[in-house]
Amino acid sequence: MKPPPFSYHDPRSVSEVINLLETLENPKLLAGGQSLMPMLNMRYVMPDHVIDLNKVEGLSYIEDNNGNLSIGGMTLQRDLEYSELIKAKCPLMYDALQQIGHRQTRNRGTIGGSLSHLDPAAELPSVCAAHDAVLIVQGPGGKREIPFSDFPVAYMTPATGMDEVLTGVEIPTWSEGHGYAFVEFARRHGDFAITSAAALLEIGQGGRITRASLTVGGVGAAPVRMTSIEEALIGQTGDEEKLRELCETCREIDALGDVYASSEYRQHLATVMSRRALVKAYKRANAAT
Amino acid sequence: MGEKRKISLTVNGKSYEEEVEVRFHLADFLRQQLGLTGTHLGCEHGVCGACTILMNGRSVRSCLMLAVQADGQELLTIEGIAPSEDEMHPLQEAFRDNHGLQCGFCTPGMLTTLLEFLDDNPDPTEEEVRIAISGNLCRCTGYQGIVAAALDAAQRLRDAKGA
Amino acid sequence: MSGWKVFGSRAKRLEDPALLRGQGQFVDDIKLNGMYHAAFVRSQQSHAKILNIDTKPALAIEGVKAVYSLEEFRPFLRNERLVVGLPSPSYKQELDRPALADNEVVYVGEPIAIVIADTRYVAEDAAAMVVVDYDILPAVSDCRSALDEGSTLAHTDAPHNVLAQFDMRYGDVETIFQNAPYIFKERIWQHRGGSHSIECRGALSFYDPIEDLVTLYSATQSAHTAKNILIDMLGLDENKVRVIIPDVGGGFGPKLVFYQEDVSVVLASKLLGKPVKWAEDRREHFISTTQERDQYWEAEIAVNKEGKILGLRGSMIHDHGAYTARGINLAFNSALIVSLPYEVPCYLMKVVLAVTNKVPVTPVRGAGHPQGIFVMERLLDRAARELGMDRSDIRSINLIKSDQLPYKKELKTRGDSPVILDSGDYLGCMEDALKKIDYYGFPSRQQKALKEGKYIGLGFANYVKGTGRGPFETVTIRIGPSGKISVYSGAAAMGQSTRTMLTQIVAEQLGGDLENINVVTGDSFVVPMGIGGSASRQTVTAGSSAFLAAREIRDKALKVAAHILEASEADLEINGQEIRVKGVPDLKVELGQVAHAVAGTPGYALPGGILPGMESTKNFMVDDLTFVNGTVAVEVEVDVETGKVTFRNYIIVHDCGKMVNPMIIDGQVIGGSAHGIGNALYEWMGYDEEAQPITTNFSEYLLLNAPEMPHIKLGHMESPTPLNPLGVKGVGECGVVAAPAAIISAIENALTPYRIYFDQSPLRPPEIVMKIKESMSLKSNK
Repeated sequence: MKPPPFSYHDPRSVSEVINLLETLENPKLLAGGQSLMPMLNMRYVMPDHVIDLNKVEGLSYIEDNNGNLSIGGMTLQRDLEYSELIKAKCPLMYDALQQIGHRQTRNRGTIGGSLSHLDPAAELPSVCAAHDAVLIVQGPGGKREIPFSDFPVAYMTPATGMDEVLTGVEIPTWSEGHGYAFVEFARRHGDFAITSAAALLEIGQGGRITRASLTVGGVGAAPVRMTSIEEALIGQTGDEEKLRELCETCREIDALGDVYASSEYRQHLATVMSRRALVKAYKRANAAT
Repeated sequence: MGEKRKISLTVNGKSYEEEVEVRFHLADFLRQQLGLTGTHLGCEHGVCGACTILMNGRSVRSCLMLAVQADGQELLTIEGIAPSEDEMHPLQEAFRDNHGLQCGFCTPGMLTTLLEFLDDNPDPTEEEVRIAISGNLCRCTGYQGIVAAALDAAQRLRDAKGA
Repeated sequence: MSGWKVFGSRAKRLEDPALLRGQGQFVDDIKLNGMYHAAFVRSQQSHAKILNIDTKPALAIEGVKAVYSLEEFRPFLRNERLVVGLPSPSYKQELDRPALADNEVVYVGEPIAIVIADTRYVAEDAAAMVVVDYDILPAVSDCRSALDEGSTLAHTDAPHNVLAQFDMRYGDVETIFQNAPYIFKERIWQHRGGSHSIECRGALSFYDPIEDLVTLYSATQSAHTAKNILIDMLGLDENKVRVIIPDVGGGFGPKLVFYQEDVSVVLASKLLGKPVKWAEDRREHFISTTQERDQYWEAEIAVNKEGKILGLRGSMIHDHGAYTARGINLAFNSALIVSLPYEVPCYLMKVVLAVTNKVPVTPVRGAGHPQGIFVMERLLDRAARELGMDRSDIRSINLIKSDQLPYKKELKTRGDSPVILDSGDYLGCMEDALKKIDYYGFPSRQQKALKEGKYIGLGFANYVKGTGRGPFETVTIRIGPSGKISVYSGAAAMGQSTRTMLTQIVAEQLGGDLENINVVTGDSFVVPMGIGGSASRQTVTAGSSAFLAAREIRDKALKVAAHILEASEADLEINGQEIRVKGVPDLKVELGQVAHAVAGTPGYALPGGILPGMESTKNFMVDDLTFVNGTVAVEVEVDVETGKVTFRNYIIVHDCGKMVNPMIIDGQVIGGSAHGIGNALYEWMGYDEEAQPITTNFSEYLLLNAPEMPHIKLGHMESPTPLNPLGVKGVGECGVVAAPAAIISAIENALTPYRIYFDQSPLRPPEIVMKIKESMSLKSNK
């Protein structure tokens, strides 16, 4: 299990990256390497050129941008985990980060790498889906913004063009004191989730839900926003039986199935994780008001 | 021979300048080129954690990095943990006293991971220790001796700091 | 003995300092001048004819030194096959592995060719360029349908897919079952996976033309087995092969096997005149290292209305894989162990070993015993439930009591020696475990939890396991003029603290100074014969030999010292490196001086007519197994919505006789438990219908990690066995054997409100959830 031969490039700027992407045959971008390196070691991918993004300047940052969080594509998961800004402004991501991989993988893994790899069970894509994040990609034609809802084009396939690179993520934040929860079922701590749910809630008068976001990961080919449930949640209180009833809709998700977990089991877990995430998020929202 | 690059780095306080094949992962570079075979390879796909080392104080899986990416970095491997030939680090002592190793193959990853963890969290709970080593597989011990060793080491390190 | 006591103490391990500093020497750590690296071309097909192997594209790659298939090796092989099968009259065919695949590959991962290159990287590049033309054949994947009339054949030239068949029986099964008031039957699927030592296999060989000597460094559990097979295959003289076991990163069974890769590396190094190293990677380990796999049981228990067992009968189909890499022992162990701790008046188990197109099956830690124990404990749970009895009561009345020991079972071991339960207190162990887990307080805990919507359950299982398999393990002890004590043994160390264990036993007799003793294991040159590490045997066999040899040397040393000091032997004691007169500290002689006195000076007589050399070699002989026993009791919570099982409590009370080092024993039992928990809940080596492996990495095949592992509480009982002079029993497999039985029972107990029952291990969350759903839909249909 050793990587196949390739040429190695470590550009310093985004424009150099784009230039390399345009000119090289069969290149592959290397971010944190926590998914690409195993695939290289196993020779599941055989690039002729590896373009390492780790020395590109200006791609690692976490900033408060008028209520939006701006995060650089090469920001380490570890830096997100330890960021006070993330914890304060995007607690859902903080919640999710506790469940991503292991300390060693978070020390190398990046947000841009995770989004570009786009494993349907990965936590950060679900967080981005839940928050209606906007992804910034750069290519020969300059910058363009892709709403996360348009980002996955197929199973593990992002909308990034062949000569484009994901450079940043804009995350619209929710009001202070909003409810949030990232709940997942994985076989072991640190494993990719079999199924996860990310919930965001705002509540108003009488504890009624005024705004809701619910995303299910690990079930469909990409994170799925449960918009019908979100709509039905408006005006509801946190009554668990009602939530249980609403979450039954998750059984309709077009689900992946494999020898480890059938599609039916994943759909079932989706109902459970969704309800648990909503209950937890509601409690948190309630506690904050 | 494949493409090569010259890199310079520090490992266990010693500076190296080496030419390395760009496709070599860092673990192979340490083991084969620098002769630092204390870092072990158990899976080469980033799950078992035996190859964990510290890069600039942070634990990383050396099978999931190219050696060229360590250019200019400061690394610590198991060989560099003990303060001297005659003396072991409190974490190493605690591993011995608490039977935290049997075959010793996962030990390099356990020690390096826990070094970083105890630095981040000097007074952890048992559950926190278990989560900290969740990415390090051991087939011999059932982890109990390792967890005990980590908690014992935390105590020793706190005592040493307080003293 | 004054002042110290090392036998039985929690002495710190002698292995640790080097390992903690990264100074261990595992096979892959050894680097020799001019060394080449090997990679293997492996079958991607589970069953195919090989039409052609084209090595030219591979040989054209820069840095490639050679590519060998069986054709190139053939002229140098006296025997092309690895003849390893343990003897048994039950074989229906012999299926020995060829050194490399011949014209037919029979499992995915089977080595076809070895590629030698400057680096492993280039060797892998080249291996990918070797073109193998296959004519794909239908494959046998399921060991049950393998036995159907007209089934596809796993080997095209074989008469059928039956590797071996035997009945294990005693008593008048037919009559007893005919007249039994209650008979309960269970159909049980059991699966165990790979060993997955964190170090994979490895071999490094070099040939010394001056000495005409082949040396193999191997991560094996038996140096002498490897040596003997190499002698057989290569036609070498005994003194022209040396096998050395360096540090080994865990064995757990499959490293006991000698493999095609081992002989290929040796031959390649001989042909090239250069050291050749092969370090198995994890993917290779998944597909080419032996593993345990499936067993399908049908078993019936006959009981009377008081719950007394009248008899047990059934059948079992065992997936043997494509070749015999060890023998029938695994299935034999499973069938033998079922009834052991209980009084069972009659027994019949019909066993068939089926050949499939999968990697060969050989023992993994526990070696078939977990499966047999699982069957018995499931049947007892079932009978208790049907009869409305408490699970502990049915066990209490049927367990063999301590005053019945030694208890001769009407069964024979594979070597045809009687099965005699030698010592222990099975009932006492169970009662202690139940007390520790507060068994009798559990119903109220469970009721309370249920009110909170929590499903908690308690399960437990009893086990015995034969350990200390003979016939012997040689130990030689020598004291040189330096005063250092050297201990040599055919035993093999792969993480079980063998060095510390032997040192403690020897030190107890020879001065108590652990630092003064140097243990050499795993080198075929230092001891002519050896068996190695398996079947929880080395403390019993090598430990006893070490004890006897140390005692003999002690007597001799005291005799010589008495002569030198002009004192009576009875007044002498060994302390550290000195022999001194008790109470007169100045009257002393160094161990080194004593050794020197018997080392011989030309023309001078040895003192007191003593034989030369401060040395002793002992082969403690034992045929009977000594049986460890214990009880595992666990309390779990089942998340009925996800199927997740978490542990609330995990107790083991066990009895392994005298304890050489309780710290090491705790480590063995707890470590074995982790393996058993993995077998019950996580580990599954999957194959598809074409016998293609589908779990070939650690994301697909799950090993237990620290957060999922419970903190285990141990209780020790210490019933010395009369079968060896130390009173010790083996402990390496204790933790694993009863874990699945106890855990599955606990899960079932937690789900009592759903009235669902489980007949399998492993049991995974989707299966639990599906069973619950079925039960609920049945209820709602009523």
